[in-house]
Amino acid sequence: MQPIISIRGLEKTYASGHQALKGVDLDINRGEIFALLGPNGAGKTTLIGAICGLVTATAGTVTVDGHDNVRAYREARSRIGLVPQELNTDAFEPVGATVRFSRGLFGRSPDPALIEQLLRDLSLWDKRDAIIKELSGGMKRRVMIAKALSHEPEILFLDEPTAGVDVELRRDMWNMVRKLRERGVTIILTTHYIEEAEEMADRIGVIDGGKLMLVEEKHALMKKLGRKELTVQLAEPLAAIPPELADWKLELIADGRELRYVFDRHAERTGVPSLLARMRDLGINFSDLNTHQSSLEEIFVGLVHGKRAA
Amino acid sequence: MNSPHLAAPRFNWQGVWALYRFEMHRFRRTLWTGLAVPVITTSLYFIVFGSAIGSRMTEVSGIPYGSFIVPGLMMLSLFQESTFNGAFGIHMPRFTGTIYELLSAPMSAFETVLGYVGAAATKAMLVAAIILVTANLFVDVQVEHPVIMLAYLVLVACTFSLFGFVLGIWAKGFEQLQVIPLLIVTPLTFLGGAFYSLDMLPEPWRTVTLFNPIAYLINGFRWTFFGQADVSPLASLAVTAAFFAICLGTVWWIFRTGYRLKN
Ligand SMILES: Nc1ncnc2c1ncn2[C@@H]1O[C@H](COP(=O)(O)OP(=O)(O)OP(=O)(O)O)[C@@H](O)[C@H]1O
Ligand SMILES: [Mg+2]
Repeated sequence: MQPIISIRGLEKTYASGHQALKGVDLDINRGEIFALLGPNGAGKTTLIGAICGLVTATAGTVTVDGHDNVRAYREARSRIGLVPQELNTDAFEPVGATVRFSRGLFGRSPDPALIEQLLRDLSLWDKRDAIIKELSGGMKRRVMIAKALSHEPEILFLDEPTAGVDVELRRDMWNMVRKLRERGVTIILTTHYIEEAEEMADRIGVIDGGKLMLVEEKHALMKKLGRKELTVQLAEPLAAIPPELADWKLELIADGRELRYVFDRHAERTGVPSLLARMRDLGINFSDLNTHQSSLEEIFVGLVHGKRAA
Repeated sequence: MNSPHLAAPRFNWQGVWALYRFEMHRFRRTLWTGLAVPVITTSLYFIVFGSAIGSRMTEVSGIPYGSFIVPGLMMLSLFQESTFNGAFGIHMPRFTGTIYELLSAPMSAFETVLGYVGAAATKAMLVAAIILVTANLFVDVQVEHPVIMLAYLVLVACTFSLFGFVLGIWAKGFEQLQVIPLLIVTPLTFLGGAFYSLDMLPEPWRTVTLFNPIAYLINGFRWTFFGQADVSPLASLAVTAAFFAICLGTVWWIFRTGYRLKN
């Protein structure tokens, strides 16, 4: 299937001379949830801006459903809904009017039933006549989502949708995202909360310093980079790691009461059985064992720091 | 959302209409001040200029002084209103950040300008109409060429709304929005014969005034009322058209380069 968004060689150098995007190539599949992860200043917002028309790219192309986003901007943009990172709303407009305005701006004829449903889905119907500046921050964010969805886009960009949002709204938001996906909407989101990407996304891209470091199906990523950690609780504390165990590169933690061993669970030999056998030979008894799989966050931090150091 | 996507419209009328309505709605929120201000200022002008000066100076170029100042009064407000509304309309979303929506929408430069400038010009013309009506309470005003008068009003309102639009994009803050109208447009209007005839000026001031483009606009408008003015109506039309073209060209350049709109 043809990707719904296709980005080739995208570069952006700001007027300040700062190069925020350094040749990004990326395909977004139709109907997927794609999470873009990266530290502050990585270029996530710039990338979204270049796709949506807020940022003029210095080089490269973006096609949206086969339409070049500069030459065929009408076709490209009418397919996209954008919820920006900042809470940018009008102050004095009523909620309902601002959402209807957005639909009109995107060239769609009025559809009161659709707007009503949208406001109900986002728990904004009771507030439809309220003035935006009187709403709480979380509600303003919902208004921005309603505006972005008002023209029934095929693609939705959510730039850090859960920054400064409480647990309940976050859950509502993810439920909404799942429902949209079921309806076939493609969703691209950025987040700093890695558990969110882990929970929501089909694919994950990691961006740092304006470069895409990797793009991977989430499960494949977890598998590929998924390191496992074995913690052994010792019956008797050790003063030092016996030289016979040097091959395993163990760490002695918790005042000598625990040994930690990091292994790749997909390696042919994990080293776990042989380690335990050797410990028995040495007469080191243990009271408990547990293993832990590294989260995306650990993978991510490792990746960014590893590449930076390199 | 599961339906196949409709082709984007060739011309986004819905978008233009949405912008226009949004702007008009903004004016409606301040409707009473919007109406009261022109009525009160017009009345004040008549009390000050019409009674105080008019009693000493009964006629200018054969026209009663009270009637003579009506076109100038209308132009003064038209310049101020169009410039300010055009500037504020585009400056506000830049200031609050809501411009992201406009930039991400399938709107061409022309459609965007049509929405903003259309609304700014509409409001300015409403104010001009209120002034005309108010003036009629004090003096008798006959319009010799009503159709041309209306067409000229539209042209000038659109020109200054475009000028305001450029200002709203250029300005880095709200003071800058105020500065140009206060320091340039309003003084040039007063010096451009809004309340007197250029023939009343001694040389070299008369010649100097002929370099003031606003003088041509005021006199062109006055011609549509009385069939006579200090400069020929064609010269007025040429100056207005030139100013319109300059503003339009600047707006075109802004959108082509994304100047202060996009990063
Ligand atoms: N208008 C601008 N002018 C100059 N530099 C900019 C501009 N906008 C962003 N930058 C720079 O470009 C880089 C990327 O910024 P961007 O906003 O895309 O990062 P981000 O990944 O979205 O970060 P965050 O997670 O903090 O939102 C940063 O170094 C930033 O300082
Ligand atoms: Mg960002």
